[in-house]
Amino acid sequence: MGIRTKLSGNEAVSVAFKQINPDVVAAYPITPSTEVPQFFSTYAANGEVETEFVPVESEHSAMSACIGAQAAGGRSMTATSAQGLALMWEMLYIASAYRLPINMAVINRALSGPINIHCDHSDSMGARDSGWLQIYSEDCQEAYDNFIQAVRISEHPDVMLPAMTCFDGFITSHKVENLELMEDAEVQKFVGKYKPPYHLMDKEKPMSMGPLSLPFHYFESKRQQAEAMRGSIKAILEVAAEFEKVTGRKYGLFEEYQMADAEVAIVILNSTAGTAKDVVDELRAKGVKAGLLKIRVFRPFPVEQIVAALAKCKAVAVLDRADSVNAAGGPVFTDVTSAMFGRVDGVKVINYIYGLGGRDVKTDDIKVVYNELLEVVKTGKVKEVYNYLGVREV
Amino acid sequence: MNAGKGVKLVSWKEITHGSHVFEAGNAKNFKTGDWRSNKPVFIKENCKQCLLCFPVCPDSAIMLDENTQVTGFDYDFCKGCMCCQEACNFKAIEREDV
Repeated sequence: MGIRTKLSGNEAVSVAFKQINPDVVAAYPITPSTEVPQFFSTYAANGEVETEFVPVESEHSAMSACIGAQAAGGRSMTATSAQGLALMWEMLYIASAYRLPINMAVINRALSGPINIHCDHSDSMGARDSGWLQIYSEDCQEAYDNFIQAVRISEHPDVMLPAMTCFDGFITSHKVENLELMEDAEVQKFVGKYKPPYHLMDKEKPMSMGPLSLPFHYFESKRQQAEAMRGSIKAILEVAAEFEKVTGRKYGLFEEYQMADAEVAIVILNSTAGTAKDVVDELRAKGVKAGLLKIRVFRPFPVEQIVAALAKCKAVAVLDRADSVNAAGGPVFTDVTSAMFGRVDGVKVINYIYGLGGRDVKTDDIKVVYNELLEVVKTGKVKEVYNYLGVREV
Repeated sequence: MNAGKGVKLVSWKEITHGSHVFEAGNAKNFKTGDWRSNKPVFIKENCKQCLLCFPVCPDSAIMLDENTQVTGFDYDFCKGCMCCQEACNFKAIEREDV
């Protein structure tokens, strides 16, 4: 039986940490993720978990401690945001290359500068090619559910890659929402005991990690890592099916909202999907065939599945809460369009950068996007591919 | 650079996760002698078997026989640092260009 309660996103995820009861949590506080290790440190101090809680001196150390713990055969977790994730940078690649299934909550916040503490996705989008799985969450319930599933996905024998569960700073992290938790015993049963295939403390099977991998071997290691990422789609769906059996809550690689007959659609991730769904409802009431595709799994990028979901649309807008500052478009846009290239032709795809540094995104902003899509369908012409939403032009 | 004699190069499907190493004492399989910048040459007739060269070699590249007599250099691992030549008082080690 689920437990009905009301929690903020950070509280919900710290409860997930507690219910998983990992071997090690190493973390350093940074807004807006601070509450996750803060609440967890209380659970540790109260003896509610058996976890070794390590309050380290930086995020670089937090990730390093997680890598050490996981390499020693433990299950380790952490949480961070923005600059904290940036400071972990070099260690992110070590974690994924060593195939250590560390789990991290990334509470999305704009990367400085200018200095800003509010939501956008520049932090996790910057880490999109670090070899970590990335799962995005619209609300507190999804953040909780995704974090628990991510543990199973990352530790799957065919995957063995670290995972980030991402949700929007302040918007999701600090809002209190009605949600349903799993029972402690249910979570324990779902995640099971972590059984690494090898670890540094195994005296029956001694090994060493981190050798110099020269030009004879490095390429093969990276190729193998890429294959694990590609193959993880199967594991993600398997875990989601099992999760649905336990909780009744259904997850896929993405959510399709009114997509069956949609002519115009928005591709988006995290909390703004909720705002955009309201607009879809409003447009549907007026007879407009509007739809929405909310990406849940961004790494691995579900190329075939996303292409199939968008193939029947006439015009699509991809909304990015991070700008790649590359003169080409945001990270989600460039991935969606390169997925579609050569697979589906004739769908007009445009990009909007929105909500940077916590800029509010209202239903009126989303309506601007759908209106532009309808204009594209009507005229058959795209005025501008790479657009900005909600920025002062004059 | 070469992978070394007798080293089997495995495919990406067979390589260990993260190039992890599950075998002890395998440094001997990786021949590092091709980095050598000088070549020490053993002059047997000058050698007094004082063994002053042996402990200064940073890479155990001075070969001894079963009677602990110097027999020459293991060029699979000698880097040509010439510490052995410095230690030798009997002109039993000469330097050659590589």
